[in-house]
Parts: sequence; structure tokens; C-alpha cells
Amino acid sequence: MIKNIFNELRISLLATLCLAVLLCGIYPGVVWLFAQGIFPAQANGSLISVKGQVIGSSLLAQRFTGPGYFHPRPSAAGDGYDATSSGGSNLGPTSQKLIAAVKERSAAYRAENNLAPAILIPVDAVTASASGLDPHISVENALLQASRVAIARGISEEQLRKMIASRTAGRDLGIFGESRVNVLLLNLDMSGKQ
Amino acid sequence: MDMYGWLQLTAFVVLLLLLTKPMGLYLVRVLDGEGRTFLDPVLKPVELLFYRIFRVDRKQEQDWKQYTVSLLIFSLIGLLFTYLILRIQHLLPLNPQGFGPLSSDLAFNTAASFTTNTNWQSYGGESTMSYFSQMVGLTFHNFVSAAVGIAVAAALVRGIARHTAKTIGNFWVDMVRANLYLLLPICLFFALFLVSQGMIQNFKAYDTAKVVESYTIQVVKKDNAGQEIKDKQGKTVMEDKKIDTQTISQGPMASQVAVKMLGTNGGGFTNANAAHPFENPTPLTNFIQMLSIFLIPSGLTYFLGRTVKNRRHGWAIWGAMAILFLAGVLVCWQAESAGNPHLTALGIERAGGNMEGKEARFGIFNSALFATVTTDASCGAVNSMHDSFTPLGGLVPLVNIELGEVVFGGVGAGLYGMLVFVILTVFLAGLMVGRTPEYLGKKIEAYDVKVSVLAVLVLCFSILGFAAWAAVSSWGILGLANTGPHGLSELLYAYSSSVGNNGSAFAGLNANTPWLNITLGIAMLIGRFLFIVPVMALAGSLAGKKLVPESAGSFPVSGLPFIILLIATVLIVGALTFFPALALGPIVEHFIMTGSGKLL
Repeated sequence: MIKNIFNELRISLLATLCLAVLLCGIYPGVVWLFAQGIFPAQANGSLISVKGQVIGSSLLAQRFTGPGYFHPRPSAAGDGYDATSSGGSNLGPTSQKLIAAVKERSAAYRAENNLAPAILIPVDAVTASASGLDPHISVENALLQASRVAIARGISEEQLRKMIASRTAGRDLGIFGESRVNVLLLNLDMSGKQ
Repeated sequence: MDMYGWLQLTAFVVLLLLLTKPMGLYLVRVLDGEGRTFLDPVLKPVELLFYRIFRVDRKQEQDWKQYTVSLLIFSLIGLLFTYLILRIQHLLPLNPQGFGPLSSDLAFNTAASFTTNTNWQSYGGESTMSYFSQMVGLTFHNFVSAAVGIAVAAALVRGIARHTAKTIGNFWVDMVRANLYLLLPICLFFALFLVSQGMIQNFKAYDTAKVVESYTIQVVKKDNAGQEIKDKQGKTVMEDKKIDTQTISQGPMASQVAVKMLGTNGGGFTNANAAHPFENPTPLTNFIQMLSIFLIPSGLTYFLGRTVKNRRHGWAIWGAMAILFLAGVLVCWQAESAGNPHLTALGIERAGGNMEGKEARFGIFNSALFATVTTDASCGAVNSMHDSFTPLGGLVPLVNIELGEVVFGGVGAGLYGMLVFVILTVFLAGLMVGRTPEYLGKKIEAYDVKVSVLAVLVLCFSILGFAAWAAVSSWGILGLANTGPHGLSELLYAYSSSVGNNGSAFAGLNANTPWLNITLGIAMLIGRFLFIVPVMALAGSLAGKKLVPESAGSFPVSGLPFIILLIATVLIVGALTFFPALALGPIVEHFIMTGSGKLL
């Protein structure tokens, strides 16, 4: 019996080492080689550089608060949009904290976009995303912000709508997921125009 | 509940159905030591080399006790392996962020979590784990714990298929073959697909981006010792902090995420798991990731039917699983679409549903579907924060876990869990007609029913026992993010998820405290291994039985009556056990949310 246990221990140790070499060394290494060879931009974080300076990732939200920029969804990642501390608010649906936060954000959203009381606010504009780094907003949300941005930038709303449309991704393959607007890319487009 | 949701749901179910038979046929070859696969030219030499190094005779089969001993010792060594790596990660390579070692309780919790295929995370990946810890300490178990689950399922199915046999296979052969021929090749292609969509795979240090619009935030003012400074009234002092950079976490993510989904592990590379835009960049990766969770569990039902030479039995089990799956999706989808009345009262559009804790690219439907899939299986990856679901929307994942994750279930674990319920169903059917129950030509006797019930009871007692203990202890309540019934749901979810080896969370619970880390870690080990041992005993007992010829009185284990009875058994055992606890948590919260403000 004891001898049997020792034998199993020996096999377990050897199996752990052999499998670790294959599955935790060779396998990720091979994926890394192919990923870096075929899809280097994606494999390194879809980074955006301007004049050699990394200014963000097209997949990660940044905070924008100025009237001349489109604003991303609220973030609960760290102190907000912290890409080393992703996560949601984790507040439950009956949480007073959640209701108070949404109330405050709704009032601010209404005020800064000059919305009539009858206009309903798109829910994504006032709720925190799951990752806190959601790079997208809904098309409705972008359109409601358009007039504010147009005034701040002194460009026509129609031109802005075209820019929104060019940064809107439809459902993948026509059915999967939701239509969405990438906030960072849209804001960068506008900065280029200015 | 819009048309696109229905389209995506249809696409999901149809693709799963189409993949079931090919996957099942491939599993038949992989789980037969002599089976040939198209990968033999490349992998056979590796497989044989492994056996030579281990000095294992691949033709020598084991009885159920030997099989279990091998499994338990291998798991123990794996647990220690990962514990050690996490404790000394600061001394190991591939740590560009210079993360320090994990505390002993967190390392124990994490090692137990990954060894048991739970992947509960008390830590945030991108702020705690070095690349080495992720790639070796954790990914190792993403492969082998999945392979162990498949091995147990294979052993049980052999036990059912064989008669008057002493042995049920060789653990080392099953485990090695599942890794080599099944998980590894699929993961290679899956990982590259994920990278093509935007997932990262690198070893560089975190990037620092200079943000487009710098801004100022208020942060807690701390003194030189890192203590919060309080003013005379005892209030925390805040100070302004200018932010002009964003640190972007990096790492070898794709290789880990592929096996995290395929092996129903679910442990996120980042804290936000599959909600993080790197970890699930597009709706397409989301769809394929969901499909990959169910791929092997679904194929295993075909493997069962084929191995026991009763394909209709395999499909009947698939059918029962599919019905329970659809019921869960529809409830969750409906609840999340309906939104939160407290928010719509603030002038927010109702049609958007409950978007707190969800990502814009996935929307309501894909969040509800993912939540259902990840808890039907013992995956536990999340693409939305379950803690912020509506009460009924959050009830679905919780109930899925508490039913034992037998709806397709974890790789292997789902099938062996469901087969325990099949034994109980056959037993109940036998009681109803007053005959000795039979299952596929074998008499089900007291011993078989006892070990099956034992397995089920272990889960029920551990979940409710631990959750009750935590709910009346200061260490349990201390970590809660929400109060009232939602707080109870957080604790109940945590222990259900641990015992059920799921790993998803009502993540507001701050579980990284010694008491919670240790009790949750123990709960995971109990839920995994005290379930596997009775299942192996059942496999051994069934293998040794004589065949009795089928007669007019035998209960058919296919067709609609069997499917209905099986579903009823799963639901009755689950409901009787957990309904009182659920009534105090999500159900009462539902009435608080939909009722008047008076209840708040």
C-alpha cells in the first residue's frame, strides 16, 4: 500500500512537470509566436500612437469630460477607467447607492446635453459597464451628445452624425451583439479635424 | 426580447446540436487508449514518451480504488505546485510589474480554486498575478483539472457500459490523452482566433498611454505611512489628483483564455474576466466563447450514448439538458430586458433593460445568455456582473449552480453529475412501479443509490452549511458590498459557486479575507473531491454487475417520459433543498424591487 502511494506520488510529480512543460511552456510560446507574427497589432493591445507616443488602446475606454468630446459610459474600474483594476460597481438593483448614482448622472447628462424632460436617457449613458473599460456607447447615446459636441467644436451636427456613423460598428456578421460607437476613435477623429 | 436575441439563440442551439455528434465521435477515439486520431502522427510519440517517463503501462487498467487514488494524489501534487508558485512568484521570471508573493490564505484559496476547476478569484488578475503565475501556476490546472473531469466521466461511462468487470480504465492514460488529443489542439486554433479579434498575447510590461484629455479626480489623502488622513470630525480628507496617463495591462492572455473557456474553468486573466475588452473583444468572440463552454459537455452526451450502445439515451440526456438550458435563458433574458423600475423612474429609457454591469457590445441578450451558459456549465467566466442583475435575472445563475451544474455542466463533471441524477431517476421510477430499478441492463441496488445520494447530499450540506455559518458570523458580513436580502444572495452565491466548482461571483463580496479565503477554499475541495469519490465508487459498482436481460418491465431510459422524469428529479432535489434560502435572498428582493418604495 505504502509502496503504491509512493509510486503514485512519483508519477504525479513527473506528470506535473512534463505536462507543465508542454501546456504551460510550449503551447503558450507557440501561440505567442503565431500571434506576434500574424496579428502583432492585436496581440500587443490594439494600441494607438500619435507621433510615436502611445495615447491609448482602441479597445479601452478613457475618461472624457469636456463638452467638445463624446463621453464614454460611467466606469467603476478603480478611480475610474483604470486599466489595471477592471471591474463593475457590483451594486445590486435595489441598492440605494446605485439609485443615487444613476440619479446624479442622469441630471448631469440632461443638463450638459440640454435635453427636454420628455426625452428618455439611454440606459448605457448612466450605468457603469461590467469592465469599467467599455470602449463603446450606444448609437442613441452618441446622437444625444452630438449637438453639445457640435456647438463646442463649431462644426455642423450633420457632419458630426457622419463621423458617428463612420465609427459605428454594426452587429457582427449581421446578427451577433449590438450596434455600438467607439468613443475614443470618434474623439480622435474630431481632434484630427480641428 | 427582440428578434436579434431570438436569432442568436437559435444560432447557438443549432450550432451546438450540429457539433455534438462530431465532438462525441472524436471523444470516443480520444477516450479509448487504443483509439486512433488524425493527430497520431504528431502526438502519438509525445504520448508514448510521457508514459515512458512516468513508467506507466498504458495497457494496465485500474480498478475504481486505484483510479481514484491516482486522481487524488495527482490533484494534491498539482495543488501544492500552484501554491508554491504563487508564494514565490516574486522570485520567478516573467514578472515585469514586480508583483509580490500572495498571502498564504489567498495562495491556498487560489490553488484550491484552480485545482478543483472552480477558478473562483479572490484576487484581481492584472493587479496580483505575474505572467508566470498565470501561464504556469493557473493555466496548468485549466488543462489538467478539465482532463481530470473528463477522465472521471469516461470511467463512469465505462462502468455503465461494462459488466462483470473489475477495471474501469487507466487514469494516467485518460488524463494524458484528454490533454494531448482534445484540449491542446483545439486551444491552439481557438487562441489564434481570439488574438485575431483583438485579444492580447505578449510578455511585455504594462504600457503607459498618455491620455487624450487629462483630468483631475478626488482621491483619499494618505500620509507617508499610507494611512488615511482624517479631519477633526473624523471624516476622510480628500485631495485632487491629476491624471494624464492610463496604464494598460498586458500579458499572455489568449493562450490562457482559450483553455479557460474550453475546459469550463472560467478564471479570468483580468479582474473583469470575459467582460474586459481584451478578454472578449467582440460579439463574435463572445459567441464562440459561449459555444466552446458547451462543446465538450455536449459531445460527452453523445459519447455516453455511443459507448453504452444506446444512442437514444445519450440524446435523451442532451434533450433534458437543452430544456433546462432554454428555461434558464428565457427567464434571465426576460428579467434583464424588463430593466430596473427604480432607474426607469428617473427618466431612463426602459427598452434598454438593466445595463448596470453590462457591456455595450454584448447588450442584454448576450449577457443573459452568457450568464446562463457559464453557470449551467461549471465555467464561471462572466461577461457581465451578476451582482448587478435584477433579482430574478440573478436567480437563474444561482439556481443553475445549485442544481449541481448538470445542464451540459463542466467538462466531464456535468455528465457524471447528471448520471447521478439518472440513477436517482431510475430508482424513483422503480419505486413508483414497485420493481427493482434497472439501468441499461443492470440492477440498481441499495449501494448504488446510497453513493448517489451521498454525492448529492455533500453538495447541499456544504452550500447551505457554509452560507449559513458565514451569514451569522462577523467575518462573513464584513465583506458584503450590498445589504439586506441582496447581501444574503452574495454569500449564498459565493458558497454555491465554490462547492459547485463554478467560480463566478456576486463580485461585490470582498472575498479576499483570511476567513473567506479559507472557508471558500475548503468548500471547493469538498465540492470537487467528495463528489468524485462516490461517483468513482458508483463506477466500480456498476462495472462489476451482471447483465440482466431487458424485459417488458424495464424502464426505458430514452423518450419523453424519461426526459420529463429526469428534469423533475433534478428540479425537485434542487428546489426542496434551496427554495427556503432563495426565498430569503433573490425572491424577496424581487418583491422589494417591483413593489412600492415602502419595502425599502
